[in-house]
Amino acid sequence: MTIVKHRSVNTIIKHIVLVFLCLVYLLPLYSLLLAAFRPGRDLLRYGITLQTLIPTGMNFANIKGLYTIREGIYFTWFKNSLVLLVVQASLALFFSSFVAYGISVYHFKGKKTVTTLVIFLMLVPIQILILPLYKLMITISLMDTFWGVFLPMIVSPFAIFFFKQYIDGIPRDLIDAGRVDGLNEYAIFFRIVVPIMPPAFSAMAIFMSMQSWNNFLWPLIVLRSGNKFTLPIGLNTLLTPYNSAYDLLLIGALAATLPIIIVFIFFQRYFIAGLTSGGVKG
Amino acid sequence: MKLKQTIGTSKITPYVFIFPFIASFLIFYLYPIISTFIMGFQLVYPGQVEFIGLENYRKLNNPEFKVALLNSFRYTIYTLLLLIPLPLVLSVWLNSGNRTINSIYRSILYVPTLISVVVAGTIMRLLFASSNRGIINTLAIALGAEPRQWLLGGPSQAMILLLILALWRWVGVNIIYFLSGLQAIPDELYEAANIDGASGFQKFWRITIPLVKNTTIFVTTISIFGGLAMFEESYILWSGTASPNNAGLTIVGYLYKKGFQEGEMGMTSAIGIVLLFIVFTLNTTFLKTFGFFESEGRQR
Repeated sequence: MTIVKHRSVNTIIKHIVLVFLCLVYLLPLYSLLLAAFRPGRDLLRYGITLQTLIPTGMNFANIKGLYTIREGIYFTWFKNSLVLLVVQASLALFFSSFVAYGISVYHFKGKKTVTTLVIFLMLVPIQILILPLYKLMITISLMDTFWGVFLPMIVSPFAIFFFKQYIDGIPRDLIDAGRVDGLNEYAIFFRIVVPIMPPAFSAMAIFMSMQSWNNFLWPLIVLRSGNKFTLPIGLNTLLTPYNSAYDLLLIGALAATLPIIIVFIFFQRYFIAGLTSGGVKG
Repeated sequence: MKLKQTIGTSKITPYVFIFPFIASFLIFYLYPIISTFIMGFQLVYPGQVEFIGLENYRKLNNPEFKVALLNSFRYTIYTLLLLIPLPLVLSVWLNSGNRTINSIYRSILYVPTLISVVVAGTIMRLLFASSNRGIINTLAIALGAEPRQWLLGGPSQAMILLLILALWRWVGVNIIYFLSGLQAIPDELYEAANIDGASGFQKFWRITIPLVKNTTIFVTTISIFGGLAMFEESYILWSGTASPNNAGLTIVGYLYKKGFQEGEMGMTSAIGIVLLFIVFTLNTTFLKTFGFFESEGRQR
């Protein structure tokens, strides 16, 4: 009896701690939701206050700011972010799965080196390469272009590793059957392997899209003109040490964040799968 | 009999498949790294260069870079101390009990990960506003503490702010990693321990900890990289690279400042090489630990 009691007390403590933690974790989001509809000058003066967090007297005029401030440049940023997301994610999915298939299925000279290199690069933070990459972009005239933003990202070591793990698990008989049917190696990839990869593609699509949508440092360096900015870069320009334009910044931040959260609610398991199945187990 | 690969294939097929990776590696990794390495020994003026040996590295021996190094190392160590034990304990909790409720907890803790650093940093700035009416200061006053100038208050406040931001943004991801590690532990081990009358703490210490060792090494490695490469958070919190007394200056922040704001290409390259050296050493150690060099891609 005492053991059972002891356990249930533990369970209650566990839930109290977790509920409290979840509330703390939701507070910044809740703050954003309400602050987005508050006058910018109050936010500038006091920050987010107790009054901000009481859901009364919301001022929906801020929404209009999305259209009116700087002639509605916000929507240009939104569109740029979307275009980059689609281009970057689809190219990354294509090239990374293509490479992964080569590494997984064939035995060739240098296979071990290439595999090690993929794993090695997976862990190299992009931050340390920004200066030379920036110089490279100047040399090949890709500064201030979308090409400059997505080209270095489309062969993703992480995605290659993820797809390789997935393809490793595909029965080799399937591939051999394709060969017996007289398909060439590329047809086997496109007509046999790709059609059974949707779970892997979905997980990586979500992962890559999120990365592209939130990507900050590299686009900050490459993009120079205001009408080419992505959402994070555009929003960042509204943030200054002492005079941030919170009216547009917060409603804009909210409008940039809500789509991801909605996608997350519906496709949660793909988010989780993208993180774990490519990673190290146990 | 196994079909030979020669049907419909040639020796070059594998290389066609891996070509995009090789090309991208050469153009976007190898070339930049080599050119950084060379530039590290040069004085770069517009249109001309001069080899100056180790001068760029000698110039790194300055107080500002030391502050940046110290901030980055401190941040890395503190994030390790917070972002390993906490998610580990939480994931053990989330691995037992009602699955539906657990997945709700897990999702809520994961949501901050989805948010752009710009948005996350902006919210933090507003929550930790310096005015007495700012919500965190209101809370501090209610609890009998002094209100603080969070952003402008100096090194310790800056570090606290950065760590809170890191905790908010990364606990969820590490929980996911640990959960996937925990789910690989066979239930029989815990059942056997139950029969032997082991306590919850004994099970955690004797079974869970040793069996999530690999996950822990993995999480530690990515946390070290994340910590050493940290820059964006500080850039948003202080709107650039100028924080009071360089309280928010990091290695990458210094690199960004020297390279992109002051145009000191040679010196910036030297910083890049120092960072690359640290990363290379850690990376090799990590790969060795996992035995990637002996048997490629072995599942564990």
